[in-house]
Amino acid sequence: MSQKLLLSAKEIDIILHRLACQLIENHTHFKDTVLIGIQPRGAFLANRIKSILIEKYQVQEINLGYLDITFYRDDFRRGEKILEANKTHIDFVVEDKRIVFIDDVLYTGRSIRAALTAMQSFGRPQEIELLTLIDRRFSRHLPIQPNYRGRQVDAINKEKVKVLWTENDNEDAVYLIGS
Amino acid sequence: MSELSVDHLLGIKYLNKEDINLIFETADHFKEVINRPIKKVPSLRDITIANLFFENSTRTRLSFELAEKRLSADVINFSAASSSVKKGETLIDTVNNILSMKVDMVVMRHPNPGAGVFLSKHVNASIVNAGDGAHEHPTQALLDSYSIREKLGEVKGKKVVIVGDVLHSRVALSNIFALKLQGAEVKVCGPKTLIPKYIEKLGVQVETDLRKALEWCDVANMLRVQNERMEISYFPSTREYTQQFGVNKKLLDSLDKEIIIMHPGPINRGVEITSDVADSNQAIILDQVQNGVAVRMAVIYLLASKIKQ
Repeated sequence: MSQKLLLSAKEIDIILHRLACQLIENHTHFKDTVLIGIQPRGAFLANRIKSILIEKYQVQEINLGYLDITFYRDDFRRGEKILEANKTHIDFVVEDKRIVFIDDVLYTGRSIRAALTAMQSFGRPQEIELLTLIDRRFSRHLPIQPNYRGRQVDAINKEKVKVLWTENDNEDAVYLIGS
Repeated sequence: MSELSVDHLLGIKYLNKEDINLIFETADHFKEVINRPIKKVPSLRDITIANLFFENSTRTRLSFELAEKRLSADVINFSAASSSVKKGETLIDTVNNILSMKVDMVVMRHPNPGAGVFLSKHVNASIVNAGDGAHEHPTQALLDSYSIREKLGEVKGKKVVIVGDVLHSRVALSNIFALKLQGAEVKVCGPKTLIPKYIEKLGVQVETDLRKALEWCDVANMLRVQNERMEISYFPSTREYTQQFGVNKKLLDSLDKEIIIMHPGPINRGVEITSDVADSNQAIILDQVQNGVAVRMAVIYLLASKIKQ
């Protein structure tokens, strides 16, 4: 199994700062904006973005929640893999809010489709945007595109893109893992 | 996350500790779901479930139906009173007729012990036992343990006394299995006529003095006196039963600690517990009912995930 480094810790850091700035450009003071990390791995990215916004760009207060999409997936009973649920934690009202979904890799778009359905259970937001660190273009199954993207990657279907975070995997890195 | 070790939920007897943990962890997620503005997830939209009730029930039937609907399953209901069972149809025929309408799962309550086990061997569907005679009522025991876990943090090491008509109670048997499996200490308390012989073989102790039992325990699970299952008199009068085995506020207040009172319902107010106890802060009877929906959603979801496409 081959493994190729796509992004180093330094590159990830630069990209996260750029994404944070792009969010500020569109959301200024984040009063009506809420960030939603898609469980499980979008949560790490969401936490990073939030702390950069607060520590480096003096944004006062940002609502951050985590959304688990397990029960909304379209592959229940259809795969070998057993679906594992995670915690959903949204302790604020999303009605009329501007939501930014945050996930590490955008691949087929099916997770985001599930997240859009799941979000309906919490109310009717004003709008929903999507931020992803890695956009695997040419592999979409649904008409879903990110509003903020870290890096576009052309990977064939057999390959995997793995995003690692220091707080969980002991390093910040993005790898392309071959078959 | 692993999966259940069983394809049917026929009784706690057939489960292991990991199964119970998995059901509780899944129920935690569903408890969060049913407290959302929209209390529904689409997971089971291609699953059809038949609720077959050959015996009366309100709480359990409604709880199952709600759990199924909140998972987006299609639901059909059947009660024996208004069916062809009265015309002499056998259980397997009845169920196979229903299954030929493409039903994936059967939730069944039946007056005969072992009806669920029997059915699971003869029909091609996932079976959930919602009470079979005086044998088992697994989802009730699961929601009881789940409620204890929610209130006290964990079930392991807790002292639970089951009070009342243990002889006729499927809730008691399933609870004993579930509590022992999770490492709780269990006592049963009631008139000797309503305590089955050799119940100590299940690893529980018998106590005939209610006060001593309450002083010992962290949780008291009060059973209903099941008059409908008694062909003979097991105690002289309801009044005498209440005097010896009924819990009232005065008795609870005289204990040197605050214990938790549970009841599987329906309550005979003034018989096994008085109204002031049933409505007190120590009673978690309505929490049990709420948790029942989340626990049944977890059981149905986990069983459904094992049904092949």
